[in-house]
Amino acid sequence: MALYSEKVMDHFRNPRNVGVIEDADGVGEVGNAVCGDIMKIYLKIENNTVSDVKFETFGCGSAIASSSMATELIKGKPLEQALQLTNRAVTEALDGLPAHKLHCSVLAQEAIRAAVKDYYDKCGIRYDPKDFADCDSHEGCHGE
Amino acid sequence: MIYVDNAATTKVSGAAMDAMQRCMEKNWGNPSSLYGLGQRAAEAVEDARERIARCIGASAREIIFTSGGSEADNQAIRSAAMLGAGKRKKHIISTAFEHHAVLHTLKRLEDEGFEVELLPVGALGTVSAQQVAEAIREDTALVTVMYANNEIGSVLPVSEIGAVCRERKVVFHTDAVQATGHIPIDVQAQNIDMLSLSAHKFHGPKGIGALYVRQGIPLTSLIEGGAQERGRRAGTENVPAIVGMAAALEEACAHMEENAVKVSALRDRLTEGLSRIPHAALNGDPVNRLPGNVSFCFEGIEGESLLLLLDDRGICASSGSACTSGSLDPSHVLLAVGRPHEVAHGSLRLSLCEENTASDVDAILKAVPEIVDYLRNMSPLWKDKVCGKKKFVL
Repeated sequence: MALYSEKVMDHFRNPRNVGVIEDADGVGEVGNAVCGDIMKIYLKIENNTVSDVKFETFGCGSAIASSSMATELIKGKPLEQALQLTNRAVTEALDGLPAHKLHCSVLAQEAIRAAVKDYYDKCGIRYDPKDFADCDSHEGCHGE
Repeated sequence: MIYVDNAATTKVSGAAMDAMQRCMEKNWGNPSSLYGLGQRAAEAVEDARERIARCIGASAREIIFTSGGSEADNQAIRSAAMLGAGKRKKHIISTAFEHHAVLHTLKRLEDEGFEVELLPVGALGTVSAQQVAEAIREDTALVTVMYANNEIGSVLPVSEIGAVCRERKVVFHTDAVQATGHIPIDVQAQNIDMLSLSAHKFHGPKGIGALYVRQGIPLTSLIEGGAQERGRRAGTENVPAIVGMAAALEEACAHMEENAVKVSALRDRLTEGLSRIPHAALNGDPVNRLPGNVSFCFEGIEGESLLLLLDDRGICASSGSACTSGSLDPSHVLLAVGRPHEVAHGSLRLSLCEENTASDVDAILKAVPEIVDYLRNMSPLWKDKVCGKKKFVL
């Protein structure tokens, strides 16, 4: 069996939504260079909906595929729904990831949440910081 | 397909395959059996032993067959450690960038009360005989230093280290898995006491290797059972693989010089071409280097992505990134030569053999810069460096 599913390879080879939104309403970056993966998500928000989303990723095949899939899953969706995107949903939409690559889908989830948090901060929308504790927790590399 | 991962494994040569097939058809008996069929198999094993010994300047009695390089490393190191322990010598010298077959065996010995000293390998990835000489103590049981590094291709000064060890009367083992069949080895002239080799790195079959051990050095068995290999390695001999290994090694040694000239010319063209990529650096010793090894780090990208995209273009290569090493850390070899984590993640190893061609090199030199560029364009790390938010390392 191949390391990655067809879906992962498709999103890796033809990543959707790669790029930058210059006038983004929210930007989130998670991960670090030491661990070998960094994801950056740019959001454009209109009427409380994700009207556009772009990503940039430094990382392995599954990191790029996870970013691509995650952006597809939230594009055009209400902000609330984007916030609730789980790494599991990303993984399932990719037809699974190898166990040691699951952290890539976690990173995608966290990058989106970090971008939403940034949007809230910029707009002065109040939220419970505890809900976003995961977005700043990248001290060391992800565990298995 | 362009196969440039010959340090991982090589294609079995026609000579080796023929020898193995003939052996399986005609000499399929058990070498321990008394009747003719078995004795012919035993003769095939002894003939192979003789030929392999000759290729490295040893005598047949000094060769034992193992399941490969890892087993040979394990047995050599453990045997020397046991020998030393009997004389109250429990200090072992090695290097920080050995193969895991060596490093993990040393770790185990450390747990068992041995003191292991790993010499630093510097930015070029080598150690000097002087470093070894300075590390040797009264209670040093073993020096184990690889002949050539599997990832970055540095060839170490084994002859000089051998001379130091002989003078100081310390057992010297070298893991020559990457060197055997590619560069000259003479265990006598180089004062090597133990040497590990593996057939599938020189166009022989997988699952077979050998340990050379100088006459007079007792070996500890790792596998108990029958009296094969004069009691030093139990288990019915893998006769066809042994015969295939001998055929492959003889062929490799017969063409060693011409192969090295051809392969190193391809290597140098690749190195030169890849050096033109900005913020890229060659890993390992640029001068004392395996003929077929090209190892680079590219800043701002991750190695696995690079390999997958190379694979899409039919190019088989490898990397020392965490994602390809199966652990969270990138290659210990790249870290040992001082590459920071983020740069070590972006490594690429191309290992050539005599079957590679100039057009392979052309295709690689077209593909790699394009892919590196493509990946850098989607890398937030790269962008941060370009706009000055983060510093370039290379």
